[in-house]
Amino acid sequence: MDKARAIKIAVTAIGGQGGGVLANWIGRLGEDNGFISQMTSVPGVAQRTGATVYYIEWFPLSAAQATGKDPVLALMPVPGDVDIVIAAELMEAGRAILRGFISPQTTLIASSHRDYAISEKSGLGDGRQRTGSIIEAAEKASKAFIVADMAAAAAEANAAISAVLFGALAGSGALPVERARFEDQIIKMGRAVEQNLHGFSLGFDLSQEQASDIVEPENAASGARDSSLSVTPLLERMQKEFPNVAHFYIREGLKRTVDFQDVRYAGAYLDRLKDILDIDRNHDGERRDWRLTQAVAKHLALWMTYEDSIRVADLKTRKARFESIRKDIRVEDRQIANVHEFLHPRVEEFCDILPVGAAQFILNNVTCRKLIGVLLGKGKRIPTTKLRGFLPLYALSSLRFMRRSSFRFKLESEHIAEWLKAITDAARNDYDLAIEVAQLQRLIKGYGDTHERGLKNYKMIMDFLKHYAASADAIRQLREAALKDEEGAALRATIKKFATAPQIAA
Amino acid sequence: MAERSFAKEVQQLRVSEGEVFRGEGILAVTKALLQSGVSYVGGYQGAPISHLMDVLSDAQEILGELNVHFEASASEASAAAMLAASVNYPLRGAVTWKSTVGTNVASDALANVASSGVMGGALVIVGEDYGEGSSIMQERSHAFAMKSQLWLLDPRPNLSSIVETVEHAFQLSEASNTPVMLELRIRACHVYGSFESKKNIRPSFTLADAMENPTRDYSRVVLPPSNFVHEIEKVENRWPAAVEFIKAHKLNEFFGGHQGDVGIIVQGGLYNTLIRALELLGLADAFGETDIPIYCLNVTYPLIDGEVKGFCLDKRAVLMIEEGQPEFIEQVVNTILRNADIQTKVVGKAMLPKAGEYTGQIVGEGLRQFFGQYAPKFLEHTPDAPVQSLSQEDKAAVTATVPMRPAGFCTGCPERPVFSAMKLVQKEIGDFHVSCDIGCHLFSILPPFDIGNTTMGYGLGWAGASALNADATQRTVSVMGDGGFWHNGLTSGVGNAVFNKTDNVLVIVDNGYSAATGGQDILSSRAFNKTKSTNNPIAKAVRGLGVEWLKEVHTYDIGEMKKTLKEAMTTATKGPKVIIAQAECMLNRQRREKPLRAKAIKDGKRVVRPRFGVDAETCTGDHSCIRLSGCPSLTIRDNPDPLRDDPVAWVNNDCVGCGVCGENAHAAILCPSFFRADIVYNPSVWDKTVSRVRRVIIGFLQSGRERQRSKYLFGDT
Repeated sequence: MDKARAIKIAVTAIGGQGGGVLANWIGRLGEDNGFISQMTSVPGVAQRTGATVYYIEWFPLSAAQATGKDPVLALMPVPGDVDIVIAAELMEAGRAILRGFISPQTTLIASSHRDYAISEKSGLGDGRQRTGSIIEAAEKASKAFIVADMAAAAAEANAAISAVLFGALAGSGALPVERARFEDQIIKMGRAVEQNLHGFSLGFDLSQEQASDIVEPENAASGARDSSLSVTPLLERMQKEFPNVAHFYIREGLKRTVDFQDVRYAGAYLDRLKDILDIDRNHDGERRDWRLTQAVAKHLALWMTYEDSIRVADLKTRKARFESIRKDIRVEDRQIANVHEFLHPRVEEFCDILPVGAAQFILNNVTCRKLIGVLLGKGKRIPTTKLRGFLPLYALSSLRFMRRSSFRFKLESEHIAEWLKAITDAARNDYDLAIEVAQLQRLIKGYGDTHERGLKNYKMIMDFLKHYAASADAIRQLREAALKDEEGAALRATIKKFATAPQIAA
Repeated sequence: MAERSFAKEVQQLRVSEGEVFRGEGILAVTKALLQSGVSYVGGYQGAPISHLMDVLSDAQEILGELNVHFEASASEASAAAMLAASVNYPLRGAVTWKSTVGTNVASDALANVASSGVMGGALVIVGEDYGEGSSIMQERSHAFAMKSQLWLLDPRPNLSSIVETVEHAFQLSEASNTPVMLELRIRACHVYGSFESKKNIRPSFTLADAMENPTRDYSRVVLPPSNFVHEIEKVENRWPAAVEFIKAHKLNEFFGGHQGDVGIIVQGGLYNTLIRALELLGLADAFGETDIPIYCLNVTYPLIDGEVKGFCLDKRAVLMIEEGQPEFIEQVVNTILRNADIQTKVVGKAMLPKAGEYTGQIVGEGLRQFFGQYAPKFLEHTPDAPVQSLSQEDKAAVTATVPMRPAGFCTGCPERPVFSAMKLVQKEIGDFHVSCDIGCHLFSILPPFDIGNTTMGYGLGWAGASALNADATQRTVSVMGDGGFWHNGLTSGVGNAVFNKTDNVLVIVDNGYSAATGGQDILSSRAFNKTKSTNNPIAKAVRGLGVEWLKEVHTYDIGEMKKTLKEAMTTATKGPKVIIAQAECMLNRQRREKPLRAKAIKDGKRVVRPRFGVDAETCTGDHSCIRLSGCPSLTIRDNPDPLRDDPVAWVNNDCVGCGVCGENAHAAILCPSFFRADIVYNPSVWDKTVSRVRRVIIGFLQSGRERQRSKYLFGDT
């Protein structure tokens, strides 16, 4: 029997990523360079964002001519018998591993970027999967593993990711065809040739470098400029009064509170935190890395810089924001891009920034409430880059001086006090429980209904804490349950589960 | 105009005799039809033969040159009924559809044409949507062939075999006066390969000839007493004629050696998979040379008794490789052998899985088991099963990590806001029963919408809720696409609801195309189509049937959509309520508009392109927006705020600016983070001047603030 065999190539991609283009290039590349080439795919619903596989086999034409017979080529990959796998996204590399396509004979070329699945995107908190196990398994299972952020390279060259992957395939040397012949295919297709050749070249180089490390996002480097005189006292206080290990969060907290209100407000932040630090110290905090202080430093800063309409207007009118939008939407230097905000202030948001008395009057008076509701109207589109949109927002953002007397400020201050007390109480018996209580702040986020839902969940857990002797683990489970579904079903079920714990005597 | 254009590829249909044709399986089938002198073709789109319809549509000029009539049929039933032209006249015709769903719809006409019998060759090309990537119930077309006694061909999946089989199919059909079904599996439809072409043939007897010289034969009409005669004809004349032709032309093939007392019987469509599995066991080479005797059934119905007996006679056991269930072929092989008192053991579903696709791996495992029991010598030199290079632990870790990727609505899809609105209405008036249909809108059953209870078939959305028409405090909602509406929904859904005085609600998603199957035009498509009549509004048809409560809503206006839906659900008005939700399929719209826009920009014309974004600073990472939308371009990224753990939402560069996220933010009062950026290309002098003034004033105010803030620098930003 004849020993000649086919080269087997699988392309795994997400529908809509253009995997078909890549598969076509590979198919024609073989056909033009001395192979009998067969390519097939499974279009259908998978085309609409599902996971899909394209499969190509190359059989040496010379071997076929020598025997005078046609090879029998398969239409789908067999596990353990695939020479090259190209994954257009990291999780698709993982899926290829699960399907057994990656074996010791396989060169695996994968893009390290993530295209999040709906289950990862739609979580109420952070639903993303960690990718470490995929990288590890890919290295172990394959003959060679080439991984780099092909999507970033594609963006850089304004090319299709297929072109970058095609370049990476050429650079891997896994196919017995020289680089120029690959490029011929891109030229032959005749679409966005220049950009795609650029992308191809980036992919080729990435592949040759065998780039295999994934760059984790780093926090901004510090120390570029000196601090301003006005915040120096705050920083000095931080240096003097707080342990080093907590400085990262405190510094961020100070930045945030100053940015939100003023230096005095940041001072209040340190005052509140100081009380917690004292408690931390009394509970052997030093030995515990000051974890309680760190947790409170982080969450207190977030809570104290709650999102009211003054804050939103401030953030929306900043120069830095205008610049980052332009970068995000990729417009050129002098190109005009008009920005419209989708805002929907309700009576509640309106009252948030009013003085306490006025707000309470409106909220308690049905007619007044209705009237203001009508005045506020439906959702608005505010053109921030135009004067008629910018000026009102700008004016709103300058109401910061009124904030301390506002209704929302009072409300949040009460909530914060109550929360800090709960942390203090918890710390008396259980250090870890106090940290969990501090982390409950994470539940309160968003605007409107979302904010109300978060606050309701938070209050349910705080209520539970009042009535039952809860463990740190129980509170953690409750917090996680609160982030499971919008309707609060998981939270209610978990509370029910723990409600058998011993009750605290009233 | 469909999603994919074959305008360039169809030129392959003109390659002359002896030249090598290169292209996809479906294109090769079209070439084979032309080489067979076909007079008419028709069909209904659907994976995996959508592209066949697209090819035919794009090839109308070439078809015209050869006098071939092409119809994009209203349904598979219409397509099957087309074959009636071959009953009285020597006209060759072919029709195509997705199977088994299309064959279900076509059954009525198929049964009739099979009873009448045909004079001209009649071919049904079914795209068997079974196994990976399939979106339909897992059934077999084989059953339809058996019940109507149509001959079923299942060629080896290479272009030469497929093309040859098409040509034989017409001859077989004429020789046995029976329509023939050609089954193509999904990968075979899309396999790219080559074959040596023959000359296209112009039919000598034309459709006009038939129309101008009508002939009728009473005995061909399905009515007593002819229908009883037809049944006898089927078994006494047509079947034996088919068997004779299949034998004489060697449609089934014998491969491999004669050695040993075991053999393999395989469906033609699985032949390549079998050879690969044997190759991996070291029992065949890449050319399919093997010592194991193989009987390859390119005709899977009817079986040829003599061939089966001859193949099995000297064997102790044969492995029957037959995909899908029930195992019709295995049963018949057993019957043939036992009737002839041949004791060869037939091993099929005993060693191969009862259900599911037969992949190379599965066939390989079956072969190992079969040889292990009946011919261990074949396994003496086989390589071991491929080594698992990953530990169970590593594999488990990957399994736990890789997320499911359910199919979903495309970026900017106009159907998404319909379901966002539905979700919002459910929050207000409570959950309701939703009866779904076939089409892209069926993705509503998947996350993040999770809407929909059942789907009963194409155009059957409203009929699927017809029993739930009692006196109740909540109404039901049914969904139907425009494709489904024209295919069947007009009568089975709307007509049925009007006649039976339903009090429930139907939402017709009118996106201008048969979108799920690849964007083919339908009656209500807005585009001008040279060969078809478009621009026939759905509303007119619905009113014509007697529906009085009818509203047309633009889908992207979620507020209006929500209001209308709520009104339909709560109005005191009794009777059927229909909402037509309109907006063009975004995939097709982009395909139409993108090149135009690029050209306009290139030509220096002023163009405004909208796209959406989310402010990372104000986004708090709750992702309500994603749960209400599910748009692929609305995704997440790391939170730039070091104090926040949850990723923020962001809109990637695939955004087409449909506006649904902004509408959702308003309708659900979500958050102030969404913005729309209108990017202006080739701005006018006015644009430039106004923009400059704005920049100066806004820049001045911003710089003031910047200066203030610069007093509070922490030295690291």
